[in-house]
Amino acid sequence: MGARALRGFRRGRNLVPTIATADVKEPLMERIDVSGIALETWIAGEGPPLLFLHGGDYFAQNRAFLDRLARRWRVVAPRHPGFGATPRPDWFRSVHDIAYLYLDLLDRLNASEVLLVGSSFGGWVALEMAVRALDRVTRLALIDSLGLKFRARDERDIVDIYALPAAEAVRRTFFDPAAAPDYAALDDAAVEEVARDREATVLYGWRPFMHDPGLVHWLHRVRAPTLVLWGENDGIVAPDYGRKLCAALPNARFRQVADAGHYPQIERPEVVADLIEAFVRGEGGQ
Amino acid sequence: MTEATGMRVWHFSEMAYHPAWEYLDETYRVTVPNRLYDPKIGADLYHRYLDEWALCDELGINIMTNEHHATATCADSVCTIPMAILARETKRVRLLALGMPIANRENPIRVAEEYSMLDVISRGRIDMGFVKGVPFEISPANSNPADLMERFWEAHDLILKAMTSHDGPFSWEGTHFHYRSVNIWPRPWQEPHPPVWMPVGSPGSAREAAARGITIGVLNTGWVLTPPIFEAYRKTAAEAGRPATPDKLAYMALIGVGRTREEGWRRADQILGYSRTSGIVSPQFANPPGYVAPAMAAQAIKAAGVGGARATRLQTRDGKPINPRTVSVEDAIGAGLVFAGTPDDVWDQLRAFYDHVGGFGHLLMMGQGGHISHADTVDNLTLFANEVLPRLAELG
Repeated sequence: MGARALRGFRRGRNLVPTIATADVKEPLMERIDVSGIALETWIAGEGPPLLFLHGGDYFAQNRAFLDRLARRWRVVAPRHPGFGATPRPDWFRSVHDIAYLYLDLLDRLNASEVLLVGSSFGGWVALEMAVRALDRVTRLALIDSLGLKFRARDERDIVDIYALPAAEAVRRTFFDPAAAPDYAALDDAAVEEVARDREATVLYGWRPFMHDPGLVHWLHRVRAPTLVLWGENDGIVAPDYGRKLCAALPNARFRQVADAGHYPQIERPEVVADLIEAFVRGEGGQ
Repeated sequence: MTEATGMRVWHFSEMAYHPAWEYLDETYRVTVPNRLYDPKIGADLYHRYLDEWALCDELGINIMTNEHHATATCADSVCTIPMAILARETKRVRLLALGMPIANRENPIRVAEEYSMLDVISRGRIDMGFVKGVPFEISPANSNPADLMERFWEAHDLILKAMTSHDGPFSWEGTHFHYRSVNIWPRPWQEPHPPVWMPVGSPGSAREAAARGITIGVLNTGWVLTPPIFEAYRKTAAEAGRPATPDKLAYMALIGVGRTREEGWRRADQILGYSRTSGIVSPQFANPPGYVAPAMAAQAIKAAGVGGARATRLQTRDGKPINPRTVSVEDAIGAGLVFAGTPDDVWDQLRAFYDHVGGFGHLLMMGQGGHISHADTVDNLTLFANEVLPRLAELG
C-alpha cells in the first residue's frame, strides 16, 4: 500500500521533476512541495517505503548505499531545508522544524509501515520524529546518530569537528580517508552545495552542539523496533555513545560495522544495507 | 558634540600581549593556552597602554579601543573596560570602541547600558562601534556563524531603540533576543545616541552601513581595496538622500614618525609586528561554516580551508601582492598600509592616500603595536601630534 501511494504521489501534480531521463533505473531528483517548502528529493526503487535522512555532510556519497536499498525499497531521500538546493524559510531554524516537516511529508505521501533510516545529523532528526509520532514509522535504523547528550557538562560526547584541521576531521570521519571526496576536483556549483550543507548543519546544530538536551528524556516514546548501527572506527561519536543510545531505547539492538567511521553506509554500503535488511526480516539479533 | 574641524585622529592599540609571541607558531588565537600569560607582566602592560592613551588627551589625539578573545595579539577582551577607565582619566578627547561584537554578545541591553553609562561619565565623548567580528571570534563566543549578521542587525536595532526610548519600558520579542521590559538607566548623554560606527572591508558592507548612516572604519585595506569601498559608501549615501560627509569615513593605517626617516621606519617596522601576527590562526577557525556566503565558502573548501584569501588581495599601488606576515615597511608604505618616516614623509604619504581615495574625515592611527617600546610609542604619538596633526586642519 505504501509503495503504491508513493508511486501515485510521484505522478501527482505537486511534483516537478528536475531531472528528466529515459533510463527508468535512474533515480529522480524531484521537488516535493511540503508545508510550503520545495524539498529536493531523491526517489528510487520499488517496494515498501523507506525514508532516508542524510547527515550534515557528504550527501552525494550516500549514493551507493541508496542504490542498494532501492533494490528492495521505495527510497525517498529528501535534502533537508537549507541543504543543497532545498530552500529554508527564515522562520525554519530547528531540528524540531525538520522533524515536523518530514512527519508532514509522510502524511502527504500517505505512507504507512515506513522504515526510517537516519545517518548522523539525520539520525537526530529521525529520533525527533520518532518521539513525536509513530503511526507511520514501524521500523527505525539509526546510523552513528547525533542528537543526545550523555556525559558530564565538561565532557564532550561529540567531537567539535569545527575546531579540527580539515585533514584531521576527515581522518576521524572515515576509516579510510580516501573515502572522502576530493573537493578541489569538483566544479564550483557542486562545492557550493556542500558549503550550503555545512552552513545549514551549523545553523541547526551549533548550540547546543548537535544535540537536543530534552531528547534523551523522551526516548521511551520510541515504540518502533530500532537498529542502532555504528562504525567501529567512528572518531566523531564513539561506539560507546551508540550503546548508550541503544540502552535508552525501549526496543533496540546495537550492531557495529567493522572498517567504517562516522558514515558506515558510505564506506560499507552493502554491509549496512544487508544489516538493515536482516533487521527488517527479524534476523541478525544481538 | 563639538563640530569637527579638519581630520580627526584616533590612536588605536590592541593592548597586545607580545611577550607570548616568541612561543607561538601556527596560531596566535583561539587555542593558545593562557599559561603563556603572566598576569604580573600583563598588569604592567595594561597600565602602560592606558598611560599612552591618557597622554593622547594632552596631545589632542582621540582614543580607539577594540576587543578580541582568546588571543595573544590583543589582551583587550572587554573593550568598554579601558573606555571606562579613560572616561574619567581623560577630559577632552573622544573615546571610540570599534568595537563591540554585538552578534557575539548574549545581551544587547547590557551593551546599551555599558555605552550609555560611559557616555554619561565622559559627558558625551563616546563613539560606539558595532562589529561583526572576525571569524576566529566565533569559537570563543560560541556564536552561531550561520545567522551572525541577522543577529547583528537585530542587536543593533534593539540597542538603538533602548537608547532612544525615554518613556518607560517596551517589549522585544525578536528572532534572537527577548525582553519583557526594556528600560535602560542611564540614558545616554548624546542625543539621540552616541554616533554609531562599524568596520567595513567590502563595498557590500559599505552599502549596508551607508543605507543606515553609520560611520565606517575601513581597516588597513590599502591603496587598491579602499577606493571602491569609499565609493560604494558615497554612492549609496547619496542615493539615500544624505550625501556622505567626510566624518562618515575613517581609514586605519599604521603610523611611525621619527626625527629621522630611519627612526620613523624602525618604529613602523615594530608596529608592523601587529600585522605580521594578527592574522596567524589555524585555518579551521578562519572559515566557520556560514560566516561567508556559500559561493565564497566553496572556494575555501576547495582550498582545504586555507584562510589567506584576504591577505592575497592586498597589494602595493604598483600591483605587487602583499603578504602581511612578511611585509616590509617599504612595501607597506607602497600599499597605503603604513605612513612612516619624518613628519614631512608621513604628511606626504597621508596626503597622497587621502587624495587617492577621495578624502575621509577620520584617521585611525595605529601608533602602538608589536614590540615598540613605551618610550618610542610616546615619542611617536608626540611627534605626530606636534608635527603632523596641525597640518590635518586642511583635510576632512
